[in-house]
Amino acid sequence: MSTTIAADQIPHLQVLDENGKVVNSDLVPNLPDDQLRELMRRMVFTRIVDQRAIRLTRQGRLGFYAPVAGQEASMIGSEFATNKEDFILPGYRDVPQAHFHGWPLYQWILYSRGHQHGGEVPQDVNVLPPQIIIGAQYVQCTGMALAFKLRGEKRVAITYTGDGGTSQGDFYEGINFAGALHVPAVFIVQNNQFAISTPVRLQSAAETLAQKAVAAGIPGVQVDGMDVLAVYAAVKQAVDRAREGDGPTLIETQTFRYGPHTMSGDNPTRYRTKELESEWERKDPLIRFRNYLEGKGLWSEEDENRAIEEVKDTLNDALKQADSYPKMTIPGLIESMFENLPESLVRQKAEFSGEAK
Amino acid sequence: MAELTMIKAVTNALDLELGRDEKVLVFGEDVGRNGGVFLATEGLQEKYGNQRVFDTPLAESGIIGLANGLAMQGFRPVAEIQFFGFVFEAMDQIVGQAARTRYRTGGRFSCPIVIRSPFGGGVKTPELHADSLEGLFVQSPGIKVVVPSTPYDAKGLLISAIRDNDPVLFLEHMRLYRSLRQEVPDESYTIPLGQANVVRQGKDVTVIAYGYMVHVAQRAAEQWSKEKGVEAEVIDLRTINPIDIETIVESIKKTHRAVVVQEAQRSSGAAAEIIAQINEHAIYHLEGPVLRITPPDTVYPFGLIEDEWLPDEQQVLRGLEKVMSL
Ligand SMILES: Cc1ncc(C[n+]2csc(CCOP(=O)(O)OP(=O)(O)O)c2C)c(N)n1
Ligand SMILES: [Mg+2]
Repeated sequence: MSTTIAADQIPHLQVLDENGKVVNSDLVPNLPDDQLRELMRRMVFTRIVDQRAIRLTRQGRLGFYAPVAGQEASMIGSEFATNKEDFILPGYRDVPQAHFHGWPLYQWILYSRGHQHGGEVPQDVNVLPPQIIIGAQYVQCTGMALAFKLRGEKRVAITYTGDGGTSQGDFYEGINFAGALHVPAVFIVQNNQFAISTPVRLQSAAETLAQKAVAAGIPGVQVDGMDVLAVYAAVKQAVDRAREGDGPTLIETQTFRYGPHTMSGDNPTRYRTKELESEWERKDPLIRFRNYLEGKGLWSEEDENRAIEEVKDTLNDALKQADSYPKMTIPGLIESMFENLPESLVRQKAEFSGEAK
Repeated sequence: MAELTMIKAVTNALDLELGRDEKVLVFGEDVGRNGGVFLATEGLQEKYGNQRVFDTPLAESGIIGLANGLAMQGFRPVAEIQFFGFVFEAMDQIVGQAARTRYRTGGRFSCPIVIRSPFGGGVKTPELHADSLEGLFVQSPGIKVVVPSTPYDAKGLLISAIRDNDPVLFLEHMRLYRSLRQEVPDESYTIPLGQANVVRQGKDVTVIAYGYMVHVAQRAAEQWSKEKGVEAEVIDLRTINPIDIETIVESIKKTHRAVVVQEAQRSSGAAAEIIAQINEHAIYHLEGPVLRITPPDTVYPFGLIEDEWLPDEQQVLRGLEKVMSL
């Protein structure tokens, strides 16, 4: 005879349908009008910066860049649910969240070009520079969250990975430690259906990625990641729970990246169809939210144009600031290895600054 | 014969070995449908099917652990680590497990895996994509480390690596993938592991290098010869674990001076090992100390300064002048 001893259900959250109609009024977040407009402004900003960034990369004015179009609701909605004191540990694609959490654009540009100062996050800004090693941020997130708990601070640590990232050992270790230590953390999986070329069905036999929370003993939620209100609602709930001492949450946002994996030679036509791309473009997060706001009289073409104009100025200023930032040097690099340089490095510093090299 | 780039030579070697031995399997992140992020495995899944050439979930420890299990069951896995900076994720499965399999089972099991991985700097990748981490494996008993510097060598060495009955780490320098072409025979051939190649004859000083630095050393040697009439002998190690010390000693008997050019940071690592072995085997043939030409002991730097950080011809020339003056 067998009995069921544990049952877990994975909720799927959606607030707006593809046309921007409310399908679940209980979940509509209680945000004032100006905040709703701000959400839209940030998504437009992110979309336009992405377009510019792609062009700048092609012109050689940016270095490493992982496009974000399609993932705006997932990125902007989740960050919007955090407080400035909460700490964000982003992955390489999560530049918009890091930026809206306080990472200056010019530093993102320097980071992209491969300048050390890019990662020198300002003192009062609670983000790390984007993580390159997939999964590393998940275990560190648990450590930061434990620090907040030990110090009795009402802060939350939030981290991101992708569908591919959920296969890493670090992913499981991070969420399992978080459950065991009952820390204030929120783990977000942006399931954009592909890890470079590998579709999510080759990544895992699990029906959802959210259900990976079950084995860690923490709540798991799947959200329509093209619906900024649903993302906001889910993350807000998780962040509030964490802040109140009720432990960590894993949130899967179902989304899609329209562009290539990165600007370093990826060609999506090798691994996905035009049909699949247009299927997801029909769920576009900006169109959906714009329709919703227009219906409430909160967004107009004028607002849209103003938001677009604003990006140009902001980005041009950031580019100027990045262009004029002092160059890196080898002695400077050596200096940054330790608080106090050992003798061997002092000698190397002299050696490498003496001659032309 | 065809003119091939190194990446095509790698694909060709994999193709021939997949065709020769059905126990050969090729897998890793994005190696199947996409043919690898550098297209090293392009067309192989179409040709050999997704049972033999396949995409894995995204986890390096999982990939190498899978290879180890398959190898202990008689398969010949060729696993790819997408960029060598991600090897830390798989350190236990490589150094703690694969390299110790023969020893800990008294030879009952062996672990004939090949781990292929792009590495090396100068191509403006993001963090942890360009590091030269081979030194970590040079100090790990039980694993061979191969670093080809030409398309011809890449093919012959990779075929040898696949046929070798022990674990082999096969490091492909990214800067060499498409930057040079070479006549490569169509058919299968092998180049023995552990055998260096004297790529330039000279009587005045021995320059030891591997990977991309072989080319830097050769160019510096040519310039030196033209400008100063001094002749450097350049040795391409091809395998850095084990090191072909005989070839090095033979050369030093003639030149009495030596210098190692290494792309990795200075301390420990392959250059240190090479110099230690020269001390053990050739010290009485030397007229001066053996120097290392390397970058400083920092982490591999961000893209904007990597060209300045990496050893170039000028730095090699200064090193050569210094070695001759001691
Ligand atoms: C440990 C590690 N392994 C491999 C990579 C190479 N890599 C970079 S992104 C990527 C795919 C990630 O896919 P996913 O987690 O779904 O995130 P997405 O890029 O789709 O946002 C891979 C394999 C890496 N950066 N780190
Ligand atoms: Mg993905």
